[in-house]
Amino acid sequence: MSTQYSVIGTRPIRHDGADKVTGRALYGADVQMAGLLHGFILRSPHAHARILSIDTSKAAAFPGVKAVITTHDFPAVDGNKMVDLGEGDTPLSYARGNVLAGDKVLYRGHAVAAVAAVNAHVAEEAAGLIEVVYEVLPCVLHAVDAMRSGAPLLHEDLRTTELGEATTTISNIAQHIRQSKGDIEAGFALADVIVEREFHTSTVHQGYIEPHNATALWNNDGRISIWCSTQGSFVVRDCTAAILDIPVSQIKVTPMEIGGGFGGKIPVYLEPVAALLSKKTGRPVKIVMPRQAVFEATGPTPGSYMKVKVGAKKDGSIVAAQAYLAFEAGAYPGAMVVPASMTVFAAYDIANALVDGYDVVVNKPSTAAYRAPGAPNAAFAMESVVDELALKLGIDPLDLRLRNAAKEGTRRVDGPRFPRIGCVEVLEAMKNSPHYQSPLGGPNRGRGVAIGFWFNIGLPSSCTLNVCADGNVNLIEGSTDIGGSRASIAMQAAEVLGLAAEEIHPTVVDTDSIGYTGVTGGSRTTFATGWAAYEAAQDVVRQMKERAAKLWDVKPEAVEASGGVYKSNGNSIGFKELAGRIAETGGPVVGRAAVNPRGAGGSFAGSIVDVEIDPETGKTTILRFTCVQDVGRAIHPAYVEGQMQGGSVQGIGWALNEEYFMSPDGRMMNSSFLDYRMPTALDVPMIETIIVEVPNPGHPFGVRGVGEANIVPPQAAIANAMSHATGTRFTRLPMSPPAVMEAIWCQGSSSQPS
Amino acid sequence: MRNLTDGRAELEVEGATIRQLVANIDAQYPGFAARLLDQDRLRLNVSVAIDGEVAPLGLLETVPPAAEVHFIAAIRGG
Repeated sequence: MSTQYSVIGTRPIRHDGADKVTGRALYGADVQMAGLLHGFILRSPHAHARILSIDTSKAAAFPGVKAVITTHDFPAVDGNKMVDLGEGDTPLSYARGNVLAGDKVLYRGHAVAAVAAVNAHVAEEAAGLIEVVYEVLPCVLHAVDAMRSGAPLLHEDLRTTELGEATTTISNIAQHIRQSKGDIEAGFALADVIVEREFHTSTVHQGYIEPHNATALWNNDGRISIWCSTQGSFVVRDCTAAILDIPVSQIKVTPMEIGGGFGGKIPVYLEPVAALLSKKTGRPVKIVMPRQAVFEATGPTPGSYMKVKVGAKKDGSIVAAQAYLAFEAGAYPGAMVVPASMTVFAAYDIANALVDGYDVVVNKPSTAAYRAPGAPNAAFAMESVVDELALKLGIDPLDLRLRNAAKEGTRRVDGPRFPRIGCVEVLEAMKNSPHYQSPLGGPNRGRGVAIGFWFNIGLPSSCTLNVCADGNVNLIEGSTDIGGSRASIAMQAAEVLGLAAEEIHPTVVDTDSIGYTGVTGGSRTTFATGWAAYEAAQDVVRQMKERAAKLWDVKPEAVEASGGVYKSNGNSIGFKELAGRIAETGGPVVGRAAVNPRGAGGSFAGSIVDVEIDPETGKTTILRFTCVQDVGRAIHPAYVEGQMQGGSVQGIGWALNEEYFMSPDGRMMNSSFLDYRMPTALDVPMIETIIVEVPNPGHPFGVRGVGEANIVPPQAAIANAMSHATGTRFTRLPMSPPAVMEAIWCQGSSSQPS
Repeated sequence: MRNLTDGRAELEVEGATIRQLVANIDAQYPGFAARLLDQDRLRLNVSVAIDGEVAPLGLLETVPPAAEVHFIAAIRGG
């Protein structure tokens, strides 16, 4: 597919590879500067309590302490003002309340106060001297419980928005949304077979290795510099400015290297606190979250309760589908139930569909995005039901999906029609794969399949290209590189300029040094920032044509450029040689582009998995796993495969082991990587990948985002495989050994015991 | 938003831009604009899709003849 390109589709060594493997890459915790102080945040020991008083006097008097702050140090602001988080919004009162609690704490680990001291140990010890008097309140930890009348209320002023209309009902349900098409009752009346199941998924964490960190310096001139680990430096800037009520131009955010994010490093937690401590002390302040705080206080993905009902005719045509989705938002509204409702039936062309979604607050940390937020939960339910439907109809599960697959022109349940998509191509690739064609064999084994969808988004991106006299080009961008995007963006510029990928030197810079660039999230970076690089490179080509025209005394439009060679009237000059003459032909050549592109193409991914279950222990072994994904155009196939493998492994962990073990009083009992069981290389086989390329017509190179769709189907595929291995349908995540043993002991019943 | 449009899921409306289109619907179904807009721009949690494609300029987007326009939730990602 990539033979028409010279750079795109190749596998050059990543530009940041040497720094990463030699340990020279600088992360947020590496920041050092003269006079640096260290911050520590005191967190709530209670899941739900009213703060009656905070006495910081003993902490402030502790030797080595330079400042102590609480929420009262924040400026008074209009809490109803919406804060633009780059790809979503939230009221300022919620954003600020999550950074430092106001009159209530809403989850264990909720930040209450902060200390700056000469070192981190002094800061931590002093934080222990802060006296907080709490009135402990009953907590509620699950969506279904929180929705009940009489449940403890997290926000006494949270009024339910019902189908878009504000109501006077005060409850833990922030909003009830509905998507529908066709006539759901008439649709089910046409069905010969109907399958309906309830599903539960646990809260899981993104599990990035690097903890959150931030260093801030509030300078004497009023400007603030921040160095941090983030997926969106401009979001940090804008959100911090809103919380501190200062203009955005007064803040410069430098994104350091990032040790994983997966969506969890979009929200702001530490930056406003470090800035305020710096203001109080006149010195730079660094805060690094302990791992326990990362688990207890930063965005996990929602736990959920779901009910899905699907009806089909005997020939396998799905005629109706209905979903009820109740998602836990954590402490503040904003559960990912909206995208869940938009994706739950996305893989299918169904005439009659209805989705009801509920965004429910509970006494757990405020949830954040996690790779295709909301879609894995929904796909676990839908794809399990489709698998059961295939079994009842006696149709191969991939054939059933192919019979009903969404394609160009299919109307989604949320309204719009799909543009060109690769759902059918992914399903066909799954069916024709060596994995699916291979025998399974052996006792206690099962094979499962599932498909999933995720949107890609656009958002603004900027790029600058500086042509060096030696013919290399320095690329300046604002997208945090969390998955090899330096390479994928540089390669798009290289393709246009006719250079090698290694001749482009990409740098991710601070918010003062590049135009606004949205978050690295929503599978947008290779698409949108890549598009900016493409346009900036076109700008360079235009200018280089002008320079060549000057040399040859012809008009610029008489110069042609192809593959890095400029020609006109028998004259010819290569990019490098021409670059060596830019000084004499007019000075620096700088290509610029700022884009806000449309045309983001969605991506479908499929999982095929073979499992073996130990009937003595309940342990599930992944024997073989294949990820198939439509990526539009694989700019750097090795990094595309890495995304597919990474998302698949995270899905495996989500399916089999990962969960927040919560005590009844809202304490996370496994807030360490020792007890929060994520899969390691020893737990999974090599993840096989099949890249499908259905070019996105909305991008010059056909790019679709690749970072998210791959985490959508694994949970359901594994559940389906385990169901076939045991004869018991699994409807709860995770499907850990105790849950499997319980299912085996209860074998014969139609559903997994609760 | 069907509770604002007498339960109708589809409307045929004139309008060369999304701004005009919203104004024309609001004239027919008062309250429609208030649901979508925060002062003079689309609410941050609302996107507009024209012929299936999310359009980043919101109210300022030009609407081609016979276009299909949807107001959908703004999509996030991780």
